[in-house]
Amino acid sequence: MDTSLIRMENITMEFPGVKALDQVDFQAKAGEVHVLLGENGAGKSTITKILAGVYKKTSGSIYIEDELVDYSSIPEAKAYGISMIFQELQLVPHMTVAENIFLGKEPMKNRNVSIDLKKMNQEATKLLQHMNLKIKATDIVKHLGVGQQQMVEIIKAISNNSRIIVMDEPTAALTESEIDELFKIIRELKAKQVCVIYISHRMAELLTIGDRVTVLRDGKLVGVVDVPNTSLDELITMMVGRSLEQQYPKERIPAAEVALKVNNLSCAKTGVKDISFEIRKGEVVGFAGLMGAGRTEVMRTVFGADAKDSGEIFIHGKKVEISRPRDAIRSRIGLLTEDRKSQGLNLKMGIHQNISLPSMDSLRGRFGLNLKKEKKIAGEQINNLSIKTPSLIQKAKYLSGGNQQKVVLAKWLVCDSDIVIFDEPTRGIDVGAKVEIYKVMNTLAKRGAAIIMVSSELPEILGMSDRIYVMHEGHITGELNYREATQEKIMSLAAGGR
Amino acid sequence: MLAEIRQARFVEIIQRNARDFATLGALVAMGLIITIIEPVFLSPANLINVINQSAVNAIIAIGMTFVILSAGIDLSVGSVLAFSGVVMGSIAKLGESGILSPNIAIMLGIAAGLLAGILCGLVNGGFVVFGEMHPFVSTLGMMSIARGLALVWTGGRPVFGFEPAFRFFGAGYIGPFPTQVVLCIVLYAVAWWILKYTKLGRYAYAIGGNEEATRLSGINIGKMKLAFYAINGLTAAIAALVLTARLDSAAPIAGLGFELDAIAAVTIGGTSQRGGEGKIIGSLIGALIISVLRNGLNLMDVSSYIQQIAIGFVIIFAVLLDMKTKRK
Repeated sequence: MDTSLIRMENITMEFPGVKALDQVDFQAKAGEVHVLLGENGAGKSTITKILAGVYKKTSGSIYIEDELVDYSSIPEAKAYGISMIFQELQLVPHMTVAENIFLGKEPMKNRNVSIDLKKMNQEATKLLQHMNLKIKATDIVKHLGVGQQQMVEIIKAISNNSRIIVMDEPTAALTESEIDELFKIIRELKAKQVCVIYISHRMAELLTIGDRVTVLRDGKLVGVVDVPNTSLDELITMMVGRSLEQQYPKERIPAAEVALKVNNLSCAKTGVKDISFEIRKGEVVGFAGLMGAGRTEVMRTVFGADAKDSGEIFIHGKKVEISRPRDAIRSRIGLLTEDRKSQGLNLKMGIHQNISLPSMDSLRGRFGLNLKKEKKIAGEQINNLSIKTPSLIQKAKYLSGGNQQKVVLAKWLVCDSDIVIFDEPTRGIDVGAKVEIYKVMNTLAKRGAAIIMVSSELPEILGMSDRIYVMHEGHITGELNYREATQEKIMSLAAGGR
Repeated sequence: MLAEIRQARFVEIIQRNARDFATLGALVAMGLIITIIEPVFLSPANLINVINQSAVNAIIAIGMTFVILSAGIDLSVGSVLAFSGVVMGSIAKLGESGILSPNIAIMLGIAAGLLAGILCGLVNGGFVVFGEMHPFVSTLGMMSIARGLALVWTGGRPVFGFEPAFRFFGAGYIGPFPTQVVLCIVLYAVAWWILKYTKLGRYAYAIGGNEEATRLSGINIGKMKLAFYAINGLTAAIAALVLTARLDSAAPIAGLGFELDAIAAVTIGGTSQRGGEGKIIGSLIGALIISVLRNGLNLMDVSSYIQQIAIGFVIIFAVLLDMKTKRK
């Protein structure tokens, strides 16, 4: 038995209000692709971020080649040969590909005084050619597609000559051919005795590229299995710990009249092209697609957050002009944004103040705002959605992801929204809270609300939608009902096929 | 039992307002230290002097609190004060030439001066909102524009010698209390009410905390920002009234550097430069701290050059303290 390159023992990580990791052991060998598997909120990202020096662990120990190490910053982790490709891109958008790849390790000349631009561009070109990429070293990063940017990010990590490379959802934005290139690179890294720690939600992918799998659930270690000795079913059971029916408590409700109808919506700035769709009362409609397919942009345009160039929006059969969020809110549309922290919540404000923000007009009292009523409404929502918090004036930043999402939802419930757009509603929230969010969707649908759910997680799309629209590069490439929808059909539409 | 509840509530109040109590504690401690070295600090005459001297800065700091809470900044208030002051003063003096009756001239002058302040604020806000400029840049421009306007308006000469009815606002008394102190306290009460009990106030915190989330909640960010900069222009103009009345002179070079004192008061008072967090009462205490420090150092015969250094350190330490305590 060869020894592990990296060994993490009894790792515990606590955030205010949540225990993200609870005494987890993890080890990976040189020359293997080690897959970390688990649902959102299982702790995969947390443990890899501890490994990469982003977070400081609450307790536990890390050994590299049997030597106890202690570090808590990215540069220190890099010095041990650990680099990480994050889910969110970490590139400087207005710099060139080469400048990004060599950021912090620029080749120098003239006795280390000036940057050797020529050498830098040559080296970068070599790396790009090696990966069969059709981009130039001197291209500006912001002009590249999301998939290409992701590849630049991967090259950047590889060029560090790291011994351990963590890849967090590297294929989320990649096309089939880009994924093939990536897998070729990963196999080369393996041959060079590099340890690749791989996180992905695409189960089939794991069996193709992985050697071993460590499964986490709710911040705890479930088990470690060798890929040749396992099956998808076994992995899913380990990962979910319950049957899929329970995980997606979908209730079918007969759809009623059309609540929202969008005709030929376009927005050149955000790349939304000729989008038409409709949502009926009582329906949950999924929007699937790769990262950057334009789903979020469509929803922002419908909500008036970005201005449209052309197109019509009908609500309950009546044409409405939506040019700013206020118009959408008046038409009783609510938007739960993709990124809760930067767009949905005011982290410095209390729960009660977050909930009341869009509906302050209803708080008019004799001497100004009726703060008692505000707290009363917040209290009702906290009970209604079972938001876990010590008090209703708790600042939003101290809540867990699931509870934060419920606070955003509460904002729109108070406004009586009957068209609710959920953009990546369960990203980064734990399994229990996920199911609660799904149940709220059921409740809303039963009350006659129309629900849009944008999600990059296919199981969620398949588990909760009545109908599914699939998008690719700003277009809708297909529409499927829940009976005909499969993972394969969605993926082929998402890649642009018809 | 009842006593326990009362004690628990007391602890909660202390915890929730910890930053304000800390600033207040710093003010008291500073006063004590100065008193030990120079007992004359505590004499009624000196205390009244300190409070009087802090009124102008404290009034400017009110509007500045709105702007900084909403994650903005305004460098133009010193110049706006000068411009409002000369507009106010020159029109108020029209009574002497007999064109208008003195009282009407004074009322007109004050109204025109306040309007000038509000207009400057609206222009500041307009560039921020419609020109999508960083407020640092637009108000830096206004800092020069308003100063220039003040110089042009007066031909560079100060306007002085006002009627007692005008001087009442800076040198008069309401009962036993100086008018400017009463005015300052009333303004703080109004600002406290706006920030706590009106949409405008709530949106100042919301915009400063997360502008995009606030916009997506259907709030007209532009309208609110215009209002915050207008309020800042208005409080600068009210400060101009107090200062002009107290000095009996409206100089086009008045208020040089006042923007820095106001920003310092707001910052020492615990309002985050990133916006979204802070209280109006902190700004009042911050203004008092600056005055007490200046007064104490004056009593100790410390040169005004060294005072600058001391105030600089106070600002830096106040912010450092904030960051350390909030990071928990």
